[in-house]
Amino acid sequence: MQQKFDAIVVGGGPAGCACSYRMAQSGLQVLLVERGKFAGAKNMWGGAFFGPTLNELIPDFWKEAPIERFIARQKLSFLSGEDCLSLEFAAPRFSKPPYNGFIALRSRFDRWLAAKVEQAGGIVAAGLQADDLLWDGGRVMGIRAGGDELPADVVIACDGVNSLLAQKAKLRGELRPGEVKQGVKEVLELPREVIEKRFGLAGEEGLAWQFVGGFTRGVPGGAFIYTNRSSLSVGVVVALKELMEKGIKANDLLEDFKEHPAVAGLLGGGKLVEYSAHLIPVSGMEMVPKLYTDGFLVAGDAAAFVVGTGLILEGANFAVASGVAAAETTIRAKERGDFSTRSLACYQKLLEESFILRDLRTYKKAPSFLNNPRIYTVYPELACEVAGQVFTSDGRPRKRTWDLLRAAMKDRVSIWQLASDLMRAKGAI
Amino acid sequence: MSRARVEDKLAVDKFDVDREVHIQVDGDICKACEEHYCVYVCPADCYKLGEGHVTYSYEGCLECGSCRIACRRGAIEWTLPRAGFGVCFEYG
Repeated sequence: MQQKFDAIVVGGGPAGCACSYRMAQSGLQVLLVERGKFAGAKNMWGGAFFGPTLNELIPDFWKEAPIERFIARQKLSFLSGEDCLSLEFAAPRFSKPPYNGFIALRSRFDRWLAAKVEQAGGIVAAGLQADDLLWDGGRVMGIRAGGDELPADVVIACDGVNSLLAQKAKLRGELRPGEVKQGVKEVLELPREVIEKRFGLAGEEGLAWQFVGGFTRGVPGGAFIYTNRSSLSVGVVVALKELMEKGIKANDLLEDFKEHPAVAGLLGGGKLVEYSAHLIPVSGMEMVPKLYTDGFLVAGDAAAFVVGTGLILEGANFAVASGVAAAETTIRAKERGDFSTRSLACYQKLLEESFILRDLRTYKKAPSFLNNPRIYTVYPELACEVAGQVFTSDGRPRKRTWDLLRAAMKDRVSIWQLASDLMRAKGAI
Repeated sequence: MSRARVEDKLAVDKFDVDREVHIQVDGDICKACEEHYCVYVCPADCYKLGEGHVTYSYEGCLECGSCRIACRRGAIEWTLPRAGFGVCFEYG
């Protein structure tokens, strides 16, 4: 038998690193196991996260972390045919420390976070796969990895959306296609000055830009562009179930998106340096598994801690916060010398008190609301058509905006459907 | 901009391809399948529809896990590549 750890954390993403860091900070013997060659090697995201939660754990993290840009502006665009209607939010306070949101690349960011774990005294074992759990009756006693048995008082599964460990612990079953979206992304390299000129950015300012519209062919989801320092993260996030049912490939939707006149010019000359894909758990509260058992906790994407409302898709923040809550739980359990289910129930309590389970409950109807195909087809068309007529003067007598809307709605959506969708939006997002 | 093909996109990614195969497909179940969901959901085109049946490769797998949950017939056995192998993101 090897040395016994206080805690073994599986997965070197934001949840696993935050969890390991917090425990190492309070003097626990922590082993962080990562299957990639380094933490971050297997990880990707769209590109942005909110800072305050991480800032609490590592004050002023943004001064040393490999951040690409801070988010100065958020933009949402509706695409229809060749048209584009946009809504943009900018606030000077977003451009001042401690900032609000950040754009980063996971391979670099997670690697930095894992280095922080080592600085705090944790051991990071990269290139090591947690193959199975060690059991003593109904209690988790550690992991089996690379042919070795590694014992620990607590194992914390931060192994992502496909979490094989949470399945092995029988806390959750197999993922279902309707519970996930597929993210497919390209990183396109462009000179820094070109990015700043094209997107109207100065210095370290960045833009987080969401798109919905006909380019997803009715598949729930959308596209994004995040401005990195000298590259762009461009991708689509689309419902897996509808890709299957309609026989559509996410990459084809991404290519359609890139060809849209409102987008193509922004990407021109960009050199592809990486193509990546990942699943995102998007069914919210409905798919959150049981979160703990004897000697075992689940955090981050493995616990499906993601909130999507159409305007936001937030997961990294939840990963960090749940990782910290798992760490606090383990620290308290260690003080009591009790790692039973009863002792670890503290994790549930901490999550209930924090924004994590509160936000998931607030938006519990959002996932089913967001399955409505009209959001991705009819409404972007209506918005663009009405805007197109308002902004056109062609010598014909004008109509009031309401009449333009009613004309655009004809054969697309009834006033009753619109009213019902608005009512559902009110209750969901 | 001309439409980029998936195989050209994968060419820029870094892979350490293991000799050990991490995707196994049950040919008998596969032959009887009519939906071929794997073909549509794999972002790396690891599954290709030939003459009525699916052929597959594992080298360009991006490890998203989509095929594992999309195949409702249980023909696909997808595991993670051995530690240190598979795709290695440099941006992410």
